[in-house]
Amino acid sequence: MMPDARTAILARLRAAPRGAAPELPPWTPPVYAPEDRLTRFRTMMEAWRGEVHEVDSATWPDRLRSILHNKGVRTVLHAPATEHGRRLAGAWAGQAEAPRLLAYDRPVEAMKDDLVHEADAAVTGTLGGIAETGSLILWPTPEEPRLMSLLPPVHVALLARSAIRDTLAATAAEEGWAGRMPTNLLLVSGPSKTADIEQTLAFGVHGPKELVVLVLSDL
Amino acid sequence: MAADGDFAARAHAALGNAEVRANFRRAMDGLMAKRAAQFTDPQAWAQTRARGAAIKRRVLARLPELLERLEARCEANGIRVHWAETTGDANRIVLGILQEAGARTVVKGKSMVSEEMHLNAFLDRHGITAVESDLGEYIIQLAGEMPSHIVMPCIHKNKGDIARLFAEHIEGQGYTEDVAELTAAARRVLRSKFAAADAGISGVNFAVAETGTLVLIENEGNGRLSTTLPPLHIAVTGIEKLVETLDDIPPLLALLPRSATGQAVTTYVNMISGPRRDGEKDGPRAVHLVLLDNGRSRVYADAELRDTLRCIRCGACMNHCPVYARVGGHTYDAVYPGPIGKILTPQLAGLDAAGDLPHASSLCNACVEVCPVQIPIADILVRLRREAVRPSDTPAVKGAGAKRAPLEALAWAAWRWMYATPALYRLGSRLMARFGNRIPERLPPLNRWTGVRTRPRFAGRTLHDLARDKGYDDA
Ligand code: SF4
Repeated sequence: MMPDARTAILARLRAAPRGAAPELPPWTPPVYAPEDRLTRFRTMMEAWRGEVHEVDSATWPDRLRSILHNKGVRTVLHAPATEHGRRLAGAWAGQAEAPRLLAYDRPVEAMKDDLVHEADAAVTGTLGGIAETGSLILWPTPEEPRLMSLLPPVHVALLARSAIRDTLAATAAEEGWAGRMPTNLLLVSGPSKTADIEQTLAFGVHGPKELVVLVLSDL
Repeated sequence: MAADGDFAARAHAALGNAEVRANFRRAMDGLMAKRAAQFTDPQAWAQTRARGAAIKRRVLARLPELLERLEARCEANGIRVHWAETTGDANRIVLGILQEAGARTVVKGKSMVSEEMHLNAFLDRHGITAVESDLGEYIIQLAGEMPSHIVMPCIHKNKGDIARLFAEHIEGQGYTEDVAELTAAARRVLRSKFAAADAGISGVNFAVAETGTLVLIENEGNGRLSTTLPPLHIAVTGIEKLVETLDDIPPLLALLPRSATGQAVTTYVNMISGPRRDGEKDGPRAVHLVLLDNGRSRVYADAELRDTLRCIRCGACMNHCPVYARVGGHTYDAVYPGPIGKILTPQLAGLDAAGDLPHASSLCNACVEVCPVQIPIADILVRLRREAVRPSDTPAVKGAGAKRAPLEALAWAAWRWMYATPALYRLGSRLMARFGNRIPERLPPLNRWTGVRTRPRFAGRTLHDLARDKGYDDA
């Protein structure tokens, strides 16, 4: 049945009269001065109710510890095989008041319960940020899987200040995404939200209720 | 929900429901204001919109080739592609995939094509439970209703309605109208469904032929969960929902959420280019894409009606429609309500089944002004009205001619004859000037007009006579 449907559908489409494909008219996405990018990013991200903290790249694990302490976070999911995952584990090791670290080091099937119910927060890196819309670019990897930015109630994202770009259009084109798409590529703009009940905003309906962006000063 | 009679009868009933009318009015006013705030620069709006329309026009100009390219790229990425002629075929394909995987429970992200398929009911009949996970869809699933809006499916309900539903259906949940609490209750229930689900089913906003990527946008994260947590992901979409290149995505993303809900971007833009690869720790192990025709290739066959297939399902046309805002989504008795529904439904279901929908419009053009891909909705409405009574030579529309009424056809034939025959015209207009106002109002079929409109009065003298008085002696 299936090959038949394919052939029949394509045959009908081919039989239809067809005009020439029109040229694409020009479209220019916005451009920001480099020094304005962070301001724009912050304004937009805060409009989405994301928290933005500018932190020192040398001491961010300490800043994060106090931020998470204030939120009552006890268990933090991290990616132990990433650079920042190692930094975090190293900095928090032996600190009695630091949250417990939970490593995402096995397939989801082996730790679903922990992921779904245990972790209060997760810390991930980002590929960059988009100033125009206040978005984070997440490019999950085997070391830092996709669910980290989705399941725990708090998502902490590390963003290098120099990695904030103007627009999605510019970033995708300049970095040649089309030739190397990962299994899952994400833009994240704020915490999970819904307005399905009387257009009233409510946060954390399925994904994180809070999004904390740590903007790292350049190394 | 009124499903009986024709549109006019249902509209009449809906207009009497003050509560639903208030719910829609409030929602539409809010959505219109938010959208307007996003497009304050007319030049930028015109430029982006022209680009968006051209992208979709280009897709349609090369649809078969791009579909083949999409299929090849997806397969190369490990996404299995299936083709379905009808919704029945699509349902069977989905069921087959689920059965082969031994799946019993499914979580669903928002998908209008799955509504078109009536997939939940079909799976239910085959012993598979499908739970809607978009909050709005979940609410109407609890209520056993159809979406009343393509972007905000439970827009017809207010807090009180939802509080009652939750108290009735969710264990341990008392009556509360607090939106945060209601949302938290849904999260609790649906989290456990996600964790236990054997498969996730989603729609697609854009399928990128160049890269074999499925782009899904959403605010809640349920779409990401449906496509990431369960071991199997099945995406269903119409054959028109593709774009050529990844570069086409940014301009369309600049149009879709702004037009839909007045947001510059949705919380999540989820781009899926394949199942879990070796070494990856999560993501589904298998991803399937079902491409549904269900009459779309027939729409495609007509160069004018084809524009219908440019739609990116933003819902702006319904948000701005004076008819939709007053009668609500259920009055259309169709999966796709509002202006896009008025042109799409009759073409998919046939003018015999839904030929009254193109008349559910005052042709005010509000939808055309806001449509981000410049679909000439009003022109298509008029074309469909014509097709319903007088099919074109190459009838492309299903059920064309179904609304042809002999009496009406006779009246127009007589009209034409009269206008083409001067003596008859003179006689006719004199008779009307003399006796026209004495024709009883209730005389069928005239009463179908006079029942809803003020009856025009005939002047006492004909135009020709008046002209002659003014000295035009060739009148
Ligand atoms: S017809 Fe235009 S305005 Fe209406 S849903 Fe489709 S894209 Fe949006």
